[in-house]
Amino acid sequence: MTTDALIFDAIRTPRGRGKATGALHEVKPISLVSSLLNALVERNAFDTAAVDDIVLGCVTAVGDQGCDIAKTAALAAGWNQDVAGMTLNRYCASGLEAVNTAAMKIRSGWEQLVVAGGVESMSRVPMGSDGGPWLHDPETNFRTGFMPQGVGADLMATLDGFTRDEVDRFAVRSHQKAAKAWQEGRFARSVVPVNDRVGQLILDHDELVRPDASVESLSGLKPSFQSMGDMGYDDVAREKYHWVESIRHIHHAGNSSGIVDGAALVLMGNQAMADRFELKPRARVVSTALVGTDPTLMLAGPAPAARKALDIAGLSAEDIDLFEVNEAFAAVVMRFINDMNIDEAKVNINGGSIAMGHPLGATGAIIIGTLVDELEARDLQRGLATLCVGGGMGIATIIERV
Amino acid sequence: MTSIRYEKDEHNIVHLVLDNPQGSANIMDDAFMDSLDAVVERLQQDEFNGVIIRSAKKTFFAGANLNQVYQINEDTAHSAYDNCTRIKKAVRVWETSGKPVVACINGAALGGGWELALSCHHRVCLSRGVMLGLPEVSLGLLPGAGGITRTVRMLGIQGAMPYLVEGKQFKPQAGMDAGLVDQIVDTEEEMLQAAVAWIGNNPEAVQPWDKKGYKMPGGKPSSPAMAQLLPIAPAMMRQKTRGVQPAPETILSTIVEGAQVDFESACRIESRYFAELASGQVAKNMIGTFFFQLNEIKSGACRPQGVEPRRFDKVAVLGAGMMGAGIAFTCAKSGIPTILKDISLENAEKGKDYARKQLQKQVDRGRISSEKMDTTLALITPSADASDLQGCDMVVEAVFEDRNLKASVTRETETNTSSTTIFASNTSSLPITGLAQAAQRPDNYIGLHFFSPVDKMPLVEIICGEKTSDQCLAQAYDFVQQIGKVPIVVNDSRGFYTTRIFSTYTMESVAMVGEGISVASIENAAYLSGCPVGPLSVVDEVTITLAEKVRTQTIKDLDAEGKTYTPHPADSTVDWMLANNRHGKASGGGFFDYPEGKKKQVWQGLVDHFYQEDAQIPLQDIKDRLLFAQSIETVRCLDESVLISTRDANIGSIMGIGFPPWTGGTLQFINSYGLKAFVTRARDLAIKYGDRFEPPASLVEKAERGEVYGDGTFELAESA
Repeated sequence: MTTDALIFDAIRTPRGRGKATGALHEVKPISLVSSLLNALVERNAFDTAAVDDIVLGCVTAVGDQGCDIAKTAALAAGWNQDVAGMTLNRYCASGLEAVNTAAMKIRSGWEQLVVAGGVESMSRVPMGSDGGPWLHDPETNFRTGFMPQGVGADLMATLDGFTRDEVDRFAVRSHQKAAKAWQEGRFARSVVPVNDRVGQLILDHDELVRPDASVESLSGLKPSFQSMGDMGYDDVAREKYHWVESIRHIHHAGNSSGIVDGAALVLMGNQAMADRFELKPRARVVSTALVGTDPTLMLAGPAPAARKALDIAGLSAEDIDLFEVNEAFAAVVMRFINDMNIDEAKVNINGGSIAMGHPLGATGAIIIGTLVDELEARDLQRGLATLCVGGGMGIATIIERV
Repeated sequence: MTSIRYEKDEHNIVHLVLDNPQGSANIMDDAFMDSLDAVVERLQQDEFNGVIIRSAKKTFFAGANLNQVYQINEDTAHSAYDNCTRIKKAVRVWETSGKPVVACINGAALGGGWELALSCHHRVCLSRGVMLGLPEVSLGLLPGAGGITRTVRMLGIQGAMPYLVEGKQFKPQAGMDAGLVDQIVDTEEEMLQAAVAWIGNNPEAVQPWDKKGYKMPGGKPSSPAMAQLLPIAPAMMRQKTRGVQPAPETILSTIVEGAQVDFESACRIESRYFAELASGQVAKNMIGTFFFQLNEIKSGACRPQGVEPRRFDKVAVLGAGMMGAGIAFTCAKSGIPTILKDISLENAEKGKDYARKQLQKQVDRGRISSEKMDTTLALITPSADASDLQGCDMVVEAVFEDRNLKASVTRETETNTSSTTIFASNTSSLPITGLAQAAQRPDNYIGLHFFSPVDKMPLVEIICGEKTSDQCLAQAYDFVQQIGKVPIVVNDSRGFYTTRIFSTYTMESVAMVGEGISVASIENAAYLSGCPVGPLSVVDEVTITLAEKVRTQTIKDLDAEGKTYTPHPADSTVDWMLANNRHGKASGGGFFDYPEGKKKQVWQGLVDHFYQEDAQIPLQDIKDRLLFAQSIETVRCLDESVLISTRDANIGSIMGIGFPPWTGGTLQFINSYGLKAFVTRARDLAIKYGDRFEPPASLVEKAERGEVYGDGTFELAESA
């Protein structure tokens, strides 16, 4: 008999603007994680020695985020030395991959209490600063037809016929939903403010949200990937998408995910641990799935991943009450809604990465937290979280309340 | 017999004198390699103060032995690696000997020659007559004798790119500015003195990259500055290579991978990539066509023998339109006094303005002096007076494509010129034999088909009419070469060779539009095949009206011959376009709309009328239709004796009408595809898309005999 992988708690830092002017730039990524680790213990009163592993997503694991920041943070937080820690990189899905890995560890019966999550201080460790052959080795780059995901998003919008107005409207809705959620205190349970050494507040809200965002205000923004496309990337797509006359570049800073700093943790374990520490299981992981799709378009993974997770669970899209689809770019979510033939009202109900930002390693864990909170708040049953992933991958996780 | 003499002077300096006993230039053949090993061994046992490497020939060193490189195949690729390793190992001995080594460069040092020079600690060049660089990329190769490894270490990744990826050639002063040349002198004596002096002043010499603490200029690939450039560099390059030219892409890989490791490892990476390129099909195609065949053309392979070479001292161009103006400019650039005649002096002056504009651009860019511009311009004399044609050796007619007009200028010219004057028509399609009927001296009448823009396009298609004499052809050949162009020789026919096969390219694309295939897919297929311009874009440029005119003329001509015209599937689409007032770019749009200040867009009316989602065919089929149509038409031209050589077919197709260079030309494309495989594929295309793809009998027979297209002097290898 398999053991259910249960979710006990899900917390996160607020997301700070990912620039030197952002509130969290002064905070080390290790501090973001260790303060969350401490908060997790305070909230749930478990013995850290019982934790088998800490699995953290971290995409750019160099510099301030280098050297297995999960284990380092456990030590820095003063957790028992018995606790292991690892970081993993599945690009933008790293945070959700951490949750899925923790679920597999628990479900296998070989581990009982696991902390999943992720961290990314994008202001301190910029995207791509870890190099890698896909980008930096010409032979590999040529062979795989590397194209940045932003150009892929514009290609996707071109293929699906999305207009600039439509993607901008989607972005505005993300901001409106996020603003409303903050106003209604819907993140109150999960957001742990970041304080300094003497307890002074540094940040207690998501910095990027703009309640006053409008299509008019976005219309002035220049396409972010036009010049990259012109310099050569548009041509990379010609072989695979030869019927496309030209890529219409419509994504910009306002309808793409924001660059931010942040971290998130999810406390997971089996029933035995729930009993031992009197932890209330809030949800269980029903199924997880990974897929690979065309790496040049790069962002088409969510729908196939969601279908795979639904198949594994023996469910269909109608069985899902809430969807969290990472707003890497507006077109990604718009395609998902069309592909899955679902109601937008069920998708990203509290807004998404366009409004609040996408701290690469953490986002997957953040949206799991949002699902858990909102399924409870609305007394619904099932949620599905999914993200598009570098290299054309897609990831999905289905959870349900217990 | 040695290719490198080992001598010692009174300063105890060893002179390695490059002196190939077998030929007029030093090349990297087996004898050279043996000599190199021998002198290096002797150096290792000798006591000396320094080494001077110099040439006893007019040039310094001509580079690789392409005959040998051409033979390398997949089975012998290791020998390419071994040869690279051997030469690198040898020069590394003097490079790390601790003693100063100086290259005295008295003439061209290209390819392997320049690589040899780069292994020296100091490079002294003569100020005149020296050309330097690594042009390997133009033959589908890379510099495999340390050229990439050393250039990158001297100039950094970005600095090295133009010299390696584009094969940029340069003169000593430019080399000095770039930091590749150390000293420039005016005479051979000064060069030797400079070398001896430098050795005296630098008794211990070490290359920068062999010193402790060496830092690569601009940073290694892992540096932040490079992190910005590296991800997009392949995409930028792919815009040029279209993924069909492996050499530039491989060079970029070699540059970056070599920059990450130590010198010796970088050398091995370079050798391994060289072996891959050298044994690949594209290098074969390019070496065969751009080296062997082009050289044969330049040495007059199709020029009738026994005719004294002729120099042209005065030329006239009739018609000062775009083509005439370009031809006159080209003649003037070659130093030939040129009359540019039109019906009015004003028109003729306008034609001369073209030369003025082009020259001014070069002055502005610092390429030529304003004195040079003035002397070149002074060579062009605008005229409206036929008596100015007196004394001309050559008259090139570039008036409108109208038989009567051409006949009248022919007669007018003949009355004002002598019996030795050659009369050439720059028609692009009208048969020469017919035009020559207006001439009193049809033996001196010939076709010289220039391409637009004349001063940039390297090819001239020489067309012999029925009565054109061998002497006239030979002298026209001389003329084409005198003005710096590459001649191909063809026999008379509608559209000659180039226009004829080019129309199969454009008409095939129009046929596909008619079938409901996506215009973007058609244009992209051409792009991805390495064609410089999409076929439908070209049709819009030259006008759709032209396609209709050519067809009407063809029907008329065939009718006169008692033959019937076989309709092309493109015809109905052409007619529909014209009926819907879509004539081309100049008249408001054709297949594309041309909104002002914006990129052109596929005309929506075309999509609405023709496009069918279920009519889409595989991209490979589109690519093959566009290239096979041209190659098959080329075989027909051979069958009809319009073409008389493989080299002219290959060079003409690439230099005249932009057949993709990586193929080696229309016939080499068949060779490299494999004749049997080509026949099979052509039959497959014929079944799917029409009889015009049915392989000609001569091709089928050739395939069955296991032969390839070649001119006998140099047989081209068929792919394995």
